[in-house]
Amino acid sequence: MDYSFTLLIVLLPLAGFVLLGLFHDRLKPMVAGTLGTLNLLVITLFSYYTAFHYFTQGNSESGYTAIKAFNLLWLSFTESLQIQLGILLDPLSVMMLVVITTVSLMVHIYSLGYMKGEKGFQRYYAFLSLFTFSMLGLVVATNIFQMYIFWELVGVSSYLLIGFYYERPSAVAASKKAFIVTRFADLGFLLGILLLSFYTNTFDFTTLTSMDGVAISSPPAALFLGMSVTTWAMLLIFMGGAGKSAMFPLHIWLPDAMEGPTPVSALIHAATMVVAGVYLVARLFPVYALSSPDSLEVIAYVGSFTSLFAAIIACTQLDIKRVLAFSTLSQIGYMMVALGVSGYGGEEGLGYMAALFHLFTHAFFKALLFLGAGSVIHAVHSNLMTDMGGLRKFMPITHITFLIACLTIAGIPPLSGFFSKDEILVAAYEHNKIIFVVQWLVAGITAFYMFRLYFNIFWNRTPHFHHTPHESPALMTFPLIFLAIASVLAGFVPFHALVTSDGKAFHTELHWMIAIPSVLIAVVGIGVAAWFYLKQNILPEKVTHGVKGMYTLVYHKFYIDELYLFLTHKVIFNFISRPVAWFDRHIVDGTMNLIGDTTVYGSNLIKKMQSGHMQWYIWFFTSGVLLLAFLLLYLN
Amino acid sequence: MNWDTLYILRQEILLTVLILIQLIGDLSEDEKRSRIIHVTLSSFLLFTLVGFLPGEPASLFGGMYVSDDLRTLLKNILSISTLIILLQSSSWLQQPSNQTKIGAFYLSLFSTLMGMYFMIAAGNFLMLYLGLELATLPLTLLAAFDKQLRRSAEAGVKLLMSSAVSSAILLFGLSLIYGVYGTFYFTELSVLNDSSYLSILALIFFISGLAFKLSLVPFHLWTADVYEGAPLSVTSYFSVVSKGAALFTLMLVLFRVFALQHATWTLALYILAISTMTVGNLFALRQKNMKRFLAFSSITQAGFMMLGFMNVGSLGMTTLVYFMLIYALSNLAIFGVLSMVSNATGKESMDDFNGFYKTNPGLSLIMLVSLFSLAGIPPVAGFFGKFFLFTAAASSGMYILVLIAVLNATISLYYYLLVVKAMFINTNDTPIPTLHTTSYEKAAFVLCLMGIAGIGFMSSLYDYIQGLM
Repeated sequence: MDYSFTLLIVLLPLAGFVLLGLFHDRLKPMVAGTLGTLNLLVITLFSYYTAFHYFTQGNSESGYTAIKAFNLLWLSFTESLQIQLGILLDPLSVMMLVVITTVSLMVHIYSLGYMKGEKGFQRYYAFLSLFTFSMLGLVVATNIFQMYIFWELVGVSSYLLIGFYYERPSAVAASKKAFIVTRFADLGFLLGILLLSFYTNTFDFTTLTSMDGVAISSPPAALFLGMSVTTWAMLLIFMGGAGKSAMFPLHIWLPDAMEGPTPVSALIHAATMVVAGVYLVARLFPVYALSSPDSLEVIAYVGSFTSLFAAIIACTQLDIKRVLAFSTLSQIGYMMVALGVSGYGGEEGLGYMAALFHLFTHAFFKALLFLGAGSVIHAVHSNLMTDMGGLRKFMPITHITFLIACLTIAGIPPLSGFFSKDEILVAAYEHNKIIFVVQWLVAGITAFYMFRLYFNIFWNRTPHFHHTPHESPALMTFPLIFLAIASVLAGFVPFHALVTSDGKAFHTELHWMIAIPSVLIAVVGIGVAAWFYLKQNILPEKVTHGVKGMYTLVYHKFYIDELYLFLTHKVIFNFISRPVAWFDRHIVDGTMNLIGDTTVYGSNLIKKMQSGHMQWYIWFFTSGVLLLAFLLLYLN
Repeated sequence: MNWDTLYILRQEILLTVLILIQLIGDLSEDEKRSRIIHVTLSSFLLFTLVGFLPGEPASLFGGMYVSDDLRTLLKNILSISTLIILLQSSSWLQQPSNQTKIGAFYLSLFSTLMGMYFMIAAGNFLMLYLGLELATLPLTLLAAFDKQLRRSAEAGVKLLMSSAVSSAILLFGLSLIYGVYGTFYFTELSVLNDSSYLSILALIFFISGLAFKLSLVPFHLWTADVYEGAPLSVTSYFSVVSKGAALFTLMLVLFRVFALQHATWTLALYILAISTMTVGNLFALRQKNMKRFLAFSSITQAGFMMLGFMNVGSLGMTTLVYFMLIYALSNLAIFGVLSMVSNATGKESMDDFNGFYKTNPGLSLIMLVSLFSLAGIPPVAGFFGKFFLFTAAASSGMYILVLIAVLNATISLYYYLLVVKAMFINTNDTPIPTLHTTSYEKAAFVLCLMGIAGIGFMSSLYDYIQGLM
């Protein structure tokens, strides 16, 4: 089948961006929003069509083949250094197409209600289109360089959307922080790309990950500081992924990014962009697994630590969006763990499949959580859970969908989160028992903080509201219902037959020995949360008071932000920037000034030559001829 | 003499017709004089187009006159440049004080162009010398065109005297050449080689004579005074067409006739390149008058051109022609703006251009692009021109020369940006008023800008020139 129509999937959002961006002040807000949404509906249908054909036509026994639906030679420097732009269809990218377009479409619809009446409504939709374009371009990239281009575009659109309320200083600061932190990580990414492509002579993913490719059959083994250059390259590439996916210690931008509009948080900072790091590792997974198992080990530990660390912080936050942000960190940590503990091929690749399965289900339930939180914020005009309570009576649809999402993330069967988390725990159990125990504990903490959130919003005491909260309009509740259904059903997608490390299906089943304890600890977590927060009581204060020092430490997110501020302002500015600035001002500028002064001095010396007197001119002329003649005769 | 001969000589014949038209036009009544401008412009356009007709390589008058595709291209570059100057000078000629002299202006201009054509087409040194004299003497008339003005008259006299000296030296060089080789025919000379001191001396004298026309240091001293004294259109002609003709002649003679003696002349031009770039720059730094500034800028550019001679193969020649074309278009655009300003207000100082952008944004942008092109900033054509020149010198291993050239290019950037700064950043209480651009001037600017913007990206043009070598 001819897949060249998939070019439209990428180009339509770009067209939308250009159109809405150019004519934003001539279009009525609602017209712009509707146009953007309809455009995305078309793109979504195209993606579904692609996915349907790709998965039904491919043969899952012998493995799905990667198809280059479109390829354009963009820059050709030399025979070997060529950069192409294209569309690569394989199970991974097709799955991502479905996730991105679905969530993006839901966010587009939801925003019609949520952002109604906001200043810059048209600009908002233009940016959403730009983001969708960048993200789709990223996942269909045929080579690592194209991916890098779209990677940066995604960063730019995230920057624009976090800073959407640019009149608010905190939003401006947050957008800058996000941009700088991820950009810093991308420096590592770029170095990694250069290193990898220098040694393997290719950018192309298909060549990089093929079994006969240089990267896998004979990985460069040159050592640098005790590690092979392959490991260096793969770790540097992971650094880029860790920046976008907000892995510890590059996680500091994500909680602040919640300054953006809530639907944006749902789209970018929960479901799509922040999983780009997971996608990146998955894209290069054969290289990681077969050429550089050491770096996979690092990924597993980083993921595991981040998931525990973020889950603990989430238990103390009061801003409901920040709780969700830390929960996102924690869940992405799960995905990284799964990739880190995975092997390549067949049953060995369980972790790989589990990571992408969790990415898939997480996208739906986390988007649902954010959109639900947005609906609540819309009703009570506050982000703090202390201003909420008892809302189940006022907002029944939001309440039910939110509850479904909480149960899903807690891993209660038969909701989708249960299945994907179970696969991750199985993979971890088979590979590394310590990581398994940590992830099992985190599952309990997750259940606790999610239900702390849920009870505080919808149960507990009912505070005095300025005006009675009411259910959000249908434009906002429809996406909630849709995503809730998706969260319930996504677990039944046969991922082990669709998206696997080597493209071949393998057999998998529920491991009751692991599923039962993980459900148990989740139930315990929910129970504790109910005990603390279902009704108003003094238990939480008592506990908080009991471990006051500890609580403050966690509440301030372990002072990581302050540590960064200290490092940049006090250490880097004083000990690196200032000496460099001095060197620049005095030595570099001084040299330049010296050259300039010498030139002016020389110019003064010879000005007599141009006297205006003809006799002198002729004197110079003839002596010039003679001098030249003598010089040449002498030199000959 | 048959029809083929006439066809080969078509450009020269048409130019003669143009000269005759001027003689007839001068007979008409005074108030109808300016009509001749339109007639001349349209017939000159026709003349320019005729140059692009295809032709066969040929040799006439017993080898005195040679014609081939390369020479035709060189002539065409000169005629296009002249066409642009004519377009730009039309409104200046229409001024009342110049109306009676229109015929004289065109007559002298076309005569020099005719001389340059013969310089390029020469197949014999005598022919070359005749062409050179024909190209020089009417130029002194043009320099003294505003004869009532003291500085214009001075320019004419200075040019006449220093040309006489340079002609003498060149002629001396030619007589030595005849003494050494016993012939003036290029075809015969090209296979002879002689490394006696006398032949070196002959070559140096010949190069010095043409270096005077190219204003290479130390033969450049007349340049600033003449450029400043002559009317702007004439200055423009000096710096582009006259210089181009000298460059092309030097190139044809050295590459085609004295190819065997290349060790001698590359060394001579190596020295002249360094002195010209450096001294030209040092003087350009301190100029406040735009015409003097451009005089030294054009001296520096001529120094850069010498880098092309360092590669004795086809790369060197291609690069020289390519660079000359770009230099011509960039310079003409700047002179076009300057002459508009000068005609309207009489202002010629750099300070007068303060705040020029506020009142004349379009003209400022034209200046900006052209100055960037002269300074060699990508992506405008000047960058590619300089890049190829440096490549040519580097390909012969002359890295020190390239280093000096790069340093000089940096210094030149400074003073080109001074003009840009004056136009765009400096403020002015009495800026130059908004100027009206006639359609002739617009056409000239369009031609220049198309070249400046496009030539760098037209590798087919470069390949075409290379194919002619």
